[in-house]
Amino acid sequence: MRYYSSDYIVLRNEERCIACGVCERQCANGVHRKDPDTGKMTADESKCVDCQRCVCMCPTRALAIRKNPNEFRDNANWSMQAIEEVEKQAESGGVLLSSMGNPQPYPIYWDHILLNASQVTNPSIDPLREPMETKTFLGSKPDRLEYSKTGKLLTNIPPTVELNSPIMFSAMSFGSISLNAQKSIAMAAKECNTFFNTGEGGLHKELEPYADHCIVQVASGRFGVHKGYLDRGKIVEIKIGQGAKPGIGGHLPGEKVNYEVSQTRMIPEGTDAISPAPHHDIYSIEDLRQLIYSLKEATHYRKPISVKIAAVHNIAAIASGAVRAGADIIAIDGFRGGTGSTPTRFRDTVGIPVELALASVDQRLRDEGIRQQVSLVVAGSVRNSADVVKAIALGADAVYIASAALIAMGCHMCRTCYTGNCNWGIATQKEELTRRLNPEIMSERVANVFRAWDHEIKELMGGMGINAIDSLRGNRLMLRGIGLTQKELDILGIRYAGE
Amino acid sequence: MNISAKGKGFRELNEAIAASLHKDPVVELTDVEGHRYIGAGVGKDCTIRIYGTPGNDLGCYMDGASVEVFGNGQDAVGNTMNCGRIVVHGHAGDALGYAMRGGEIFVEENVGYRCGIHMKEFGEARPVIVIGGTAGAFLGEYMAGGVIIVFGQSDEEMQSPAAGYCATGMHGGIMYLRGKVPPENFSSTVVVEECTAEDLAFLQEYADTFTELFGRGPGELHAEDFVRVRPASARPYGNLYVRN
Repeated sequence: MRYYSSDYIVLRNEERCIACGVCERQCANGVHRKDPDTGKMTADESKCVDCQRCVCMCPTRALAIRKNPNEFRDNANWSMQAIEEVEKQAESGGVLLSSMGNPQPYPIYWDHILLNASQVTNPSIDPLREPMETKTFLGSKPDRLEYSKTGKLLTNIPPTVELNSPIMFSAMSFGSISLNAQKSIAMAAKECNTFFNTGEGGLHKELEPYADHCIVQVASGRFGVHKGYLDRGKIVEIKIGQGAKPGIGGHLPGEKVNYEVSQTRMIPEGTDAISPAPHHDIYSIEDLRQLIYSLKEATHYRKPISVKIAAVHNIAAIASGAVRAGADIIAIDGFRGGTGSTPTRFRDTVGIPVELALASVDQRLRDEGIRQQVSLVVAGSVRNSADVVKAIALGADAVYIASAALIAMGCHMCRTCYTGNCNWGIATQKEELTRRLNPEIMSERVANVFRAWDHEIKELMGGMGINAIDSLRGNRLMLRGIGLTQKELDILGIRYAGE
Repeated sequence: MNISAKGKGFRELNEAIAASLHKDPVVELTDVEGHRYIGAGVGKDCTIRIYGTPGNDLGCYMDGASVEVFGNGQDAVGNTMNCGRIVVHGHAGDALGYAMRGGEIFVEENVGYRCGIHMKEFGEARPVIVIGGTAGAFLGEYMAGGVIIVFGQSDEEMQSPAAGYCATGMHGGIMYLRGKVPPENFSSTVVVEECTAEDLAFLQEYADTFTELFGRGPGELHAEDFVRVRPASARPYGNLYVRN
């Protein structure tokens, strides 16, 4: 017997329910069922994950999902969740598995940072009528530019890429998400002139038309990594770590490795795709340099090489090492970053907030005089355009978004991606579910978010009297802290509101 | 064409190799002293002969070329190699054949730690690593496909063909080891069994190729001298987790 209760209850308005069975057909978890005797809909709530699919699809709006009101005796220490987790492990002996980003109530520093606006002096700018630049270039910048007497540029400019706005779509592999979901994001990236990231699942042939907007990832499992893959990507990203699971690798279970996934990962169908925790050719910064340069050699120094690291305690020193190892871009993934699957303990307790990591990395690289050698991209989690603006002002060159793109496609953050039963057709490989996602429609929704954010960024910049994103970058004077300690202000490098 | 690596950095040398291969599919390198990434991503119909000691990541992402080393190899020979052949007349270092997906690597003498780590196979491609001597610890760690053959020819008496933690996390592929391996050297997630006649015929082919390449080899093979190592499960970590 199970010692723990269902997380949710299904509220069905019997007056509205017409027993049409849509909820039953839409739920891959098998919650809803029509009782053959009464003809009425029933629910097995123990299977409900609160993905909201049935609620959205119900034609008579008869459904609502609520938290189970069942309560344990009040205990600030042994919360219901803490107790139930022990019960789950008592039953199975398993490692607790979770998905998406850290949901625990840690401080969200974005929400403790306020933006400036112009009043009287330095007038604000209206982006509807005046030119406003959010174009961003990523890659290493030369220390100085040298020209010949005739004005010809002599300096060799390292490879860079151009984005319309400092927002890119973060790594999500085919396997962790469906091909339709990946394709939706790839199409949006092309339309918005930005980049999507393959994750470490290889590049499916149907995504090759979007290769000009593609970042190809090389991770410890080296899945799908071959010469043609490296040639197709515009940026090659070495994945060292992920914010949702710093210090560990990944594991795509064999049941998700269907024919299509096996083709892109270049492994046999049905086998586990295990990404080891470390790259086995990297044990030091010198070894990281070796991998960076092996990729530069293989791509003839024509592409920026990115290094993605999870935000952890010594992030500033690690980032400094990565720059010296030759990284052109460093992507820092904070501890609220999402994932298809991660042990709960890692998601909820390992790593640090990206806001603090970003501020300390930017400062460290400036102090060492090497900030221009690298572009900083931050991820995990950037939820809206204000977060983007704050990230840029803290020193980021661009941000990665992923959860927001999934939300645009219907994700309601039920955080059970690891089951492979995503009713929205996103985190699943089941054909009957993935076909619910139409890339033509979904790419438009994702692109809408990008465009809306880009416009909001321009509005916020205009309010500050800034007309180019470069003038905002690292401009911490535009930020003030609220509800923060002096230590937090010091790390963020910002002053308190009113100061 | 002959290129001397003397005084050249790896980038300069590899540019010279690429330019040379453009004109002549065979290039011979002399005075190689730890130059990295030789043969990186090089495609088929190209041959690179190396005199000296090539550096780490020899033949990384290699896509069909043939590389022969008259000397020792360093670490990560054939890193993430797709197809082609690498022959090392000597020893090679750690992580040889890391994540290789196809092609062949022959090493005349011994190899270091973690060789064949995360080796794969895909479709027609089935990579093979042949080691004349012995292998260090963690041979075939995370091995997901392909074949590792260790002939175990060693000057030292009773030297095990594979050191400890052999085949840890192996979930695909197959390994043949000639000689006595203490049982504690193997991970508990693998099956160690006898070779069949079919296996022996397969191994003899590689033994003959080995002899052809190096002018010496293990000669006529006997099934009883070998053990075959395969994963007990393609899902070694299948029951590790519980939904939360």
